[in-house]
Amino acid sequence: MTLTLDDLKHVAETENQRLSSYQYRINICVAAGCLSCGSGELKTTLKEEVKQRGLEDRILVRGVGCMGPCSKGPLVAVQPGNIFYQGCSGADVDALLDSLDTEPVERLRCPADHPFFAKQHKLVLENCGVIDPERIEEYIAAKGYEPLYTALRTMAPEEVIEEVSRAGLRGRGGGGYPTGLKWSTVANASDRTKYVVCNADEGDPGAFMDRSVLESDPHRVLEGMAIGAYAVGANYGYIYVRAEYPLAVKRLKKAIIQAKRIGLLGENIFNSGFSFDVQVRLGAGAFVCGEETALIASIEGHPGKPRPRPPYPAASGLRGCPTLINNVETFANIAPIIRNGGDWFSRIGSAESKGTKVFALAGRVKQTGLIEVDMGTTLREIVYDIGGGIVQEGTFKAVQTGGPSGGCIPEQFLDMGVDYGSLAKVGSIMGSGGMIIMDQQSCMVDVARFFMEFCMSESCGKCVPCRVGTAQIHELLVKIIRGRGEMSDLAMIEELCGLVKDASLCGLGQTAANPVISTLRYFKDEYLAHIQEKRCVADSCAKVIITEAL
Amino acid sequence: MNPSAKRPPRQVTAGEPQAQVLTFKINDIDVSAREGETILSVANRYNITIPTLCHLDGLSPYGGCRICVVELKQSGKLVPACITCPMEGMEILTHSQQVMESRKKILELIFSERNHVCAVCVSNGHCELQQLATDLGLTHVHYAYRYPHLAVDASHHHFVLDPNRCVLCLRCVRVCAEIEGAHTWDVMGRGISSQIVADLNQPWGSSTTCTSCGKCVQVCPTGALYEKGKSVAEMVKNREFLPYLQEMRDRKHY
Ligand SMILES: Cc1cc2nc3c(=O)[nH]c(=O)nc-3n(C[C@H](O)[C@H](O)[C@H](O)COP(=O)(O)O)c2cc1C
Ligand code: SF4
Ligand code: SF4
Ligand code: FES
Repeated sequence: MTLTLDDLKHVAETENQRLSSYQYRINICVAAGCLSCGSGELKTTLKEEVKQRGLEDRILVRGVGCMGPCSKGPLVAVQPGNIFYQGCSGADVDALLDSLDTEPVERLRCPADHPFFAKQHKLVLENCGVIDPERIEEYIAAKGYEPLYTALRTMAPEEVIEEVSRAGLRGRGGGGYPTGLKWSTVANASDRTKYVVCNADEGDPGAFMDRSVLESDPHRVLEGMAIGAYAVGANYGYIYVRAEYPLAVKRLKKAIIQAKRIGLLGENIFNSGFSFDVQVRLGAGAFVCGEETALIASIEGHPGKPRPRPPYPAASGLRGCPTLINNVETFANIAPIIRNGGDWFSRIGSAESKGTKVFALAGRVKQTGLIEVDMGTTLREIVYDIGGGIVQEGTFKAVQTGGPSGGCIPEQFLDMGVDYGSLAKVGSIMGSGGMIIMDQQSCMVDVARFFMEFCMSESCGKCVPCRVGTAQIHELLVKIIRGRGEMSDLAMIEELCGLVKDASLCGLGQTAANPVISTLRYFKDEYLAHIQEKRCVADSCAKVIITEAL
Repeated sequence: MNPSAKRPPRQVTAGEPQAQVLTFKINDIDVSAREGETILSVANRYNITIPTLCHLDGLSPYGGCRICVVELKQSGKLVPACITCPMEGMEILTHSQQVMESRKKILELIFSERNHVCAVCVSNGHCELQQLATDLGLTHVHYAYRYPHLAVDASHHHFVLDPNRCVLCLRCVRVCAEIEGAHTWDVMGRGISSQIVADLNQPWGSSTTCTSCGKCVQVCPTGALYEKGKSVAEMVKNREFLPYLQEMRDRKHY
């Protein structure tokens, strides 16, 4: 028995009726951020209290995915009315319930018209914080899996690829490779067996975009993968998730079981003759396993070390078969593109980068968390409107994007719109979406050292420039921070950065020098202050310098 | 091992004509290559010497040491000759200034990584690393020596592993897995703390997979693997067996 469109609509209708039968719906964020500050207990207490008061028919207490301002958790939203509360705990349960029929609880209130929310455009995250990620019915009620039906039953695979190409979607895993082009390369391979792989390794320090999507809206990713598999002619998929994301893994596995049970995965989906099955594979948390060839080696059971490309995975990937490998966020963009069309998508964003981008906003801004903005949104809007400005009225110094492969962007570029091209032009990269704001307290030499230490310890060790080069650069940076640097060290760092960039095998080594190169470009005075005056502009290395000098 | 594993991977497209020949340039000389051949093997045919370290004919391609880098004239990019297949019309420089400088820096990095004191090494005078330094005119290392303290494993009856001389070329790992079929050696750790280990980090002498064939010792480019009883400069290695074995396998003479 296969699922029909009517069945799907019936599920949606039933679910919508269920939801609207409640007078109030209290949504509690149960993504990892809020869970870690006690939203799980809050949910249990609220549920019990509702039961005690005999309001179970009127009030629905449910867990939803990430709402965004993760540092203010646990977050609660009351519908209808869209009333946001932050920092709630078990002690607030009575107040929350009492307020439902009267006025909102002001002391917990987080204004929904705050620029943090108002300046965002939620496309990838449209269901995050809105639906219960553990119920497929809610995803279907939010019009989920309709695009899959549209693709499988009304479009030829080439038409799906055409739509994705027209959208102008580029890979969100870091490289920004045009997604439509990648899909058509895999589709054009004549092999019978092909694979689809979702890259959910997310190894950049501080990044949690993919984790939030998987925890908050897992079906969205599965649907994107299924559409991709149909387009390229694959029947089997893997999601490679790092084992440090147990909640994402749990919800993904649950979502796969649910989708299989009602026929949205498995044999003959929507009676189209197309079959697709997905398995979750766990990575042990090596950053380099996010590199596509290392990831494939890891799925195959080999050590996670990159191999030279070409051949690209699109030609010869998993078990030597053509393999489509895309990032979580890339797949999460597919369903809306099929639903609304490629032209619709291509009208969002900037001239050269289409759509939106999810960022993990962190560092010295007042409002940190998960945000999604149109491509081309300026850094100033992100830092000062969405982020609410620098904490303790400090002064902005730099924004770091692209993690260990990216760079630090100084103040003079605050009015620059963020897209693939503009970031590359100023010596950084889009990367997967880490965005760290730094103020006058951050020492840029230490920032460079931090990322170099990361690359050094995450290098797989296969090639000499990356294995030994990163260790040498790191040592020189430590020497400078300790106030023992000489001018010749700076020249040597520059020389080594060039070598590591030009002669390394994979993207890790080829980009490892970026944080150093970009801080040398924009903050050379800080390096010079350490070397010539044994002084740290930011005072953060002061203690080190003094104690070492004694 | 599957013989195709010895050849570098290449892009396969449907219906492609077999054994296509393509032409390109090395150092402004027109050369021709069979499809799938590496830049290194073409260069060798034309008597152009490109230095190598991790590469060894008869073992699967690896591309780790990067000593063999050559420059793509059009883009200025560096690619390793031992694993890169030329494309029609490519122009390659094997001895440009950028190439020579990069090779020298890479070699310096290798010397700085571990403890390579040639004067007291069993392989002194017969060492590929030492020879590379001579060939590339490397007289001193200007990067800081890291000098890690790594324990020597002399637990095997016949052989010794001195990780202080190891350059992580993985020739031993490959010859053991691909030719001998034992897969005794592998790498432990990653990045700068990578280390060659027998079995799951057992003393070599207690390895249950090692057949004591000695192939790893013969292919090791430095004095990291050597025969017991050899003193300074006495360890001469014999690699003739590899092409011979490969030839016999290709002809299915076992
Ligand atoms: C060192 C390194 C780490 C990477 N880590 C990730 C990662 O965590 N997630 C990811 O999606 N892509 C990562 N990539 C990029 C992948 O290799 C690949 O380009 C990407 O998954 C392709 O998907 P996309 O086209 O959708 O961006 C990494 C690349 C490198 C070189
Ligand atoms: S660049 Fe670094 S991570 Fe990539 S293959 Fe070389 S050593 Fe491994
Ligand atoms: S022991 Fe010898 S052959 Fe093995 S990796 Fe080290 S240098 Fe290479
Ligand atoms: S010989 Fe080519 S990379 Fe080592």
